[in-house]
Amino acid sequence: MNHLLSWIIWLPVLGMVAIAFIPRDKTELIKQVSAATTGIQLALAIYLWRIFDASTGSFQFMETAEWIPSFNITYILGVDGLSLPMVILMALIGFISVFVSWNINTAVKGYFSLFLLLNTGVMGVFLSLDFFLFYIFWEVMLLPMYFLIGMWGGPQREYAAIKFFLYTLFGSVLMLIAILALYFTCGNTFDMLLLMDTAPTALNGVLWWGMSSIKVIWVLLFIGFAIKVPVFPFHTWLPLAHVEAPTAISVILAGVLLKLGVYGMLRINYTMLPDGVFWFAGALATLGLINVIWGAMCALAQKDLKKMVAYSSVNHMGYVLLGMAAVIAASEMNGDNLISAQAGLNGAVFQMFNHGTISAMLFILVGVIYDRAHHRDIEGFGGLASQMPIYTGLVAVAFFAGLGLPGFSGFVSEFMIFIGAFPVFRTIVIISTIGILLNAAYFLWAFQRMFFGPANEKYKDLPEINKRELFTVVPLALITLFLGIYPRPFLDMISATMNVLIEQVVSLGGLAGVM
Amino acid sequence: MSNLNSLSHFWPELILTLTVLTAVVADLFYHKDESRKVAWWVLGGLALTLFAIQMGGSTVTDLFMGTIALDPFSEFFKILVLIATVLVILTSFNSNELQDYRVGEYYSILAIMVFGLFLMASAIDILMVYLAIEVVSIMSFFLAGYLKKNPHSNEASLKYVIYGAFSSGIMLYGLSILFGLTGTTKFVEMQAAISGLSPDSNLALIISAVFILAGFGYKISAVPFHFWTPDVYEGSPTTITAYLSVAPKAAGFAMLIRFFNQVFGDSSALVSESWQALNQIPWPQLMGVLAAATMTVGNLVAIQQKSVKRMLAYSSIAHAGYMMMALPLMSKAGVYGIMMYLLMYLFMNLGAFFVVIYIQGKTGGEDFEDFNGMGWKMPFVGVVMTLFMLSLTGLPPTAGFIGKFYLFAAVIEAGPQYYWLAFVGVLNSVISLYYYFRVVKHMYFIGERSETVEMPESNLVTFVLLSLAIPTFIFGWYFAPVANWVSESLVIFQGM
Repeated sequence: MNHLLSWIIWLPVLGMVAIAFIPRDKTELIKQVSAATTGIQLALAIYLWRIFDASTGSFQFMETAEWIPSFNITYILGVDGLSLPMVILMALIGFISVFVSWNINTAVKGYFSLFLLLNTGVMGVFLSLDFFLFYIFWEVMLLPMYFLIGMWGGPQREYAAIKFFLYTLFGSVLMLIAILALYFTCGNTFDMLLLMDTAPTALNGVLWWGMSSIKVIWVLLFIGFAIKVPVFPFHTWLPLAHVEAPTAISVILAGVLLKLGVYGMLRINYTMLPDGVFWFAGALATLGLINVIWGAMCALAQKDLKKMVAYSSVNHMGYVLLGMAAVIAASEMNGDNLISAQAGLNGAVFQMFNHGTISAMLFILVGVIYDRAHHRDIEGFGGLASQMPIYTGLVAVAFFAGLGLPGFSGFVSEFMIFIGAFPVFRTIVIISTIGILLNAAYFLWAFQRMFFGPANEKYKDLPEINKRELFTVVPLALITLFLGIYPRPFLDMISATMNVLIEQVVSLGGLAGVM
Repeated sequence: MSNLNSLSHFWPELILTLTVLTAVVADLFYHKDESRKVAWWVLGGLALTLFAIQMGGSTVTDLFMGTIALDPFSEFFKILVLIATVLVILTSFNSNELQDYRVGEYYSILAIMVFGLFLMASAIDILMVYLAIEVVSIMSFFLAGYLKKNPHSNEASLKYVIYGAFSSGIMLYGLSILFGLTGTTKFVEMQAAISGLSPDSNLALIISAVFILAGFGYKISAVPFHFWTPDVYEGSPTTITAYLSVAPKAAGFAMLIRFFNQVFGDSSALVSESWQALNQIPWPQLMGVLAAATMTVGNLVAIQQKSVKRMLAYSSIAHAGYMMMALPLMSKAGVYGIMMYLLMYLFMNLGAFFVVIYIQGKTGGEDFEDFNGMGWKMPFVGVVMTLFMLSLTGLPPTAGFIGKFYLFAAVIEAGPQYYWLAFVGVLNSVISLYYYFRVVKHMYFIGERSETVEMPESNLVTFVLLSLAIPTFIFGWYFAPVANWVSESLVIFQGM
């Protein structure tokens, strides 16, 4: 199929147009159209995975079209082993989220239109290879997110929505400056592939106000991406946004949107500013450690189940940062340890995917209990195990996956990250294992308080999880289990690209000596 | 070019003059209730003017013994002014503020103002500069005070007169110093004279430059010459507020670019690398600080407003600040950025004001509270307003983003010494998100979700809204033709 990537990106917009013509009281039809759109998108994403050539790390299914020639802006799309898992993740989570939002009843038309627009924005970021296009998609996501939180969210939704918007916009305008600075210093181009070639050398020795330009651009981009991840201390918008957002939006937010930050760093910082990677790796690992410990401690302190899950995202994304930092192990000065670098980087991307599935599962399950009990206070439940055995079982799966129990995919990726980071950041890795312990503590403690102990009389009539909800959770649980036991299909898909990435960082990094 | 020969290149202005006369005479024959029909005469005249501009082709020459330039640069601004005027006239049909008054003069005065703005965009002689500014200012005083039964409108007009007279006095003083130093009134000759001046006269030059800047700063409402803006903008009829925030600002920028680049630039206007005669003081930095102050003050004060109209007034100061970022750069890209921005700003700002006028007609107020629930009640207006707010914030994919993109690109291109300015600019965009989206918040998140849906009752409203919203959206995606037009218009008369 020609223009497969364009189809994947723009299909939701077609769905949106279709929805625009449906009268607004036909809510079932609107939901069905949304489900069909995202379903086709998922099928296309799976088809893309099947025909994707995993043996090479270069970009595939490239599409190029002229757009604004006077500013060298081109419409370029491409997919590689880094973006492919993210595209599949988005298609999967997007499809599932439609069913999660099935019980949305107010302004259904607006909700699903914005939902599909959000989908397009995310897909566009993952697939665009032109910086201008990348930035437009990056910003296009913000508006639907603002409305989805602000209109269908909880009591503090207005505040949460604008806080999310302001935080992320702050990050992205810094990114805009970095993009323009790269454009003008590296040969007037927005083409990322060209920039990957020219930027590492063009910026060598260029000083701005006595600082290395590489460091300046790195930091600007990093802040932009770190807010999305979110990296401590930019994480404060996240718990609020999560708590206030409707379930399906939390699912997308945690499942996919947080990955955009890491994706951006790997796609842009790592390839265009390899020197900066060496300069920043220590800080990255440290920030990862802070995320791990801080996220876990905060999660431990929460009374609100959703907030706890939100903080667990902060914790899990910390591991990703740690794994990313491990890439410098492959350089000569760090002992030429290619295997560590591979383990770390593959682990980081794998962890991104796993966190996507696991946190989606967690948020869906939180939504299930919230729909029934209308509150999320961990202490307010008790003994649910006897009322809702199936639900309890699923929560157990999700919690165990979340705490990284062997047999679940989260374990594999965290293990890989630790192996990768250990030779370079020994102390940090040792301390961060405390995070695993805390991780287990908050999940198990919450589980115990909610499901065991004396049954709460108030909830003795809670209905069991229904079929629609099962349909949204079970596939994710199966993927988590499958990849926990047999992660190879996933790692095969990404490893060639990761090797190229390591090669790019290590062979071009350390040239300017910004360290 | 001699006076007589110039007339054949002066068709647009001549047609405008005829339009004004026709409108005034036609007004005599209309009863008060019918006086709005004058607008159609004016619209017809403006259409003919546009046609005349198009027929003129892109000649580059001077007219009337070197007092007026005819070049694609001025044509660009003339077309901009015409678009703005036509849109404002169409908007005025819907204004319920104007209903109690005879509006024949209103449209005639607008047409005179267009004439003044044309002169502003093309003046290359300081006498013509002054005349043009005065024509525009005096017409603005009239229009600001048009609601004669409304004390706010009277106050606006009076304040405008006082500030206007004061700042044009200061500017006139600066111009006279400049004339004393150079012995000529023409930009091009001034430049030559200045380059031959001895260093002793630097102080006088700097003083004159600062005084003249004050005059222009007043016109584009730059900090610290902005104090008149909010009160005048609030008191004037909203249609005029919209007009003042776009057309005179555009012409003011045209004049500012022409004057400073041509008189104080070191060679020809757009390619000069530095400022002649002004290198004793950090002139570019000073302009940069003014730009930064303008956008920051505009934004910070806009946050605190209760009225959407007043918020838009302050935010228009901020927008002037964004455009001023490009002034110290002395680069083609900078002027290009300003022109792109003005074009985008025209649609989004007029759009926002038009929605305010429309809501005012529905609810009788223009405070944030009056917007409560409007997104649900009037989905079309809500969506369009959200688009304008997005665009004014500068978020893609809207025209506002493209405008800002070109401006920031020009600033970044000028080199690391201007990066701080770009930072201030982008941070200000983030601040502006807060108050622009307060409108969106009130439209959608606060107030009751109405079950019934109201569409604009007249086709004219829909037409005007669409003609403002479509460019705002389309230029966010595809702006190559516009970019080409602007780059073709970047030809400035440099002397024969």
